[in-house]
Amino acid sequence: MSTKAPSAPAQVQTSSPQWLQALLLLAPAGIWLALLLVIPTLLIFQLSLVPDIKPGDIVNPSGLDNYLRIFQPDVLKVIGRSLLFAIGTTLLCLLMGFPVAYWIALLSPKRWRNLLLLAFVLPLWTSSLLRSYAWISILRPTGVLNTLLTSLHLPTLDLLNRSPAVLIGMTYSLLPYMVLILYASLEKLDRRFLEAAADLGATPPQAFWKVTVPQTLPGIAAGSLLVFITGLGDFINPELLGGTSSMTAARLIYNQFLGATQNWGFGSALSMVLILAVSLAIALLIKYGDKNASSL
Amino acid sequence: MQAPSKNPIRISWQALFSVLMFGFMYLPILVLGFYSFNQSPNSAQWGGFTLSWYVKFFNDSRILSALSDSLKVAFCAVGISAIIGTLMAVGLARYKFPGKQLYQGVSYLPLIIPDIAIAVSTLVFLAVIAVPLSLWTIVAAHTVFCLSYVAFVVSTRLVNLNPHLEEAAQDLGATPYQSLVMVLLPELMPAIVSGCLLAFVLSMDDFLISSFTAGGGATTLPMEIFSRIRTSVKPDINALSVVLMVTSGAVALIAETIRYRSEKKRLQ
Repeated sequence: MSTKAPSAPAQVQTSSPQWLQALLLLAPAGIWLALLLVIPTLLIFQLSLVPDIKPGDIVNPSGLDNYLRIFQPDVLKVIGRSLLFAIGTTLLCLLMGFPVAYWIALLSPKRWRNLLLLAFVLPLWTSSLLRSYAWISILRPTGVLNTLLTSLHLPTLDLLNRSPAVLIGMTYSLLPYMVLILYASLEKLDRRFLEAAADLGATPPQAFWKVTVPQTLPGIAAGSLLVFITGLGDFINPELLGGTSSMTAARLIYNQFLGATQNWGFGSALSMVLILAVSLAIALLIKYGDKNASSL
Repeated sequence: MQAPSKNPIRISWQALFSVLMFGFMYLPILVLGFYSFNQSPNSAQWGGFTLSWYVKFFNDSRILSALSDSLKVAFCAVGISAIIGTLMAVGLARYKFPGKQLYQGVSYLPLIIPDIAIAVSTLVFLAVIAVPLSLWTIVAAHTVFCLSYVAFVVSTRLVNLNPHLEEAAQDLGATPYQSLVMVLLPELMPAIVSGCLLAFVLSMDDFLISSFTAGGGATTLPMEIFSRIRTSVKPDINALSVVLMVTSGAVALIAETIRYRSEKKRLQ
């Protein structure tokens, strides 16, 4: 695999053995990645094909048993929930992130732009665990939100340990990524097209849908993909904010390896499916997105 | 949404919405800060100012030992990644070889594959080769994603670099090693540093990969925090959060300043 020495350097120089230089540069990281990433992934693929044979089984389970188990209703429900959380988070991030990125990139004073963007993504640098944890203090029954609602004589909301809290936490965690990518895309927007559209009689909404959105589509696609795949594998937000009824794929996989009743084969099959889903999403983006988006 | 208005004083709805979103981003951080100084831990009301939560966690030996484990892991993983990640980025930028695309693809995988999948496969691998889990298995696992991030940041810098610099050095008689260390390395330094800071923060932040590769041998800070907060709100954890957030905020500012300066220098 990747540990092999590059055998034929493209440009041949007479002075020094290029293959040796290339080997020295590329082998250490190559060996590390092969040992701790490629081989482990192949191992869980192999493990996923080993059925879980219990003593007293009459029918010997087949090699695909672990994969077939995924189609059981309770497992499908968990996967469906993960997908819904990921899709919901993506839509929310897009809806909330686009106006922010648009304002920072196009409407805010020019010399503030770098600073504003930095300020918006600064929370990303702090512990993701603690940022989710902070939402417990806000959303719990006697928390900040309900104290505020009570003082305004409004009915209180019971959000914690239910799906809305998970969506809030995930959106909060991933919004900066969306804004960062949309900003990069909007910054490159050629404003002359907007002026031309206005000159030709387009209303602002028309110009937005016919000029801004198509031109920033690669950014929208890349940002959505990033948020979607990160959300799909999210463990912390559903775990801390979702309570016991919000089990997601990541938690299900976790349980197969570190839980009370372990099943490494089934856990490996679930992992493989997660990796495949993520790879498929990226392959789709590279195939249908343009160069701009795939380079992200 | 509207086209950029000609009149800069007019306040657009995007501006108002953005202010709201800035509030959304900072609300949890402010709330943690509020609670960390609040005497009454279990209500949203202000019960008086106190530093006792800070004193409590500074005297908490389990938190401190978890912090020290986390720092050891992060420093080792980032240290190794700084070297082999930079070498990899330089190698990939410089040479063409069969299987390069595969190599490159694999090097980006840790940025893409969900943590849980990496955690699981590393655990299985370590179990198969029968390596006992310890602090060092966490370091080995963290190095995988740290080196990817370092290489990624360094690569983006390499793309913008003048390719003739090294040639010039070698024409003037420098050996390949000399030109690497004396010409290329100083040029790459800002990228290496900001890549390392990013990797450091991610390593300190990681919960899943650490829990799968730690065994009983080590407990990192996120693991310790997680085991405490899943049951309820803990005021001393609020204090810890504030300290951690201020620290990592400072690290972020340093990283951004370095990046910003080097970009400015490049444009000149």
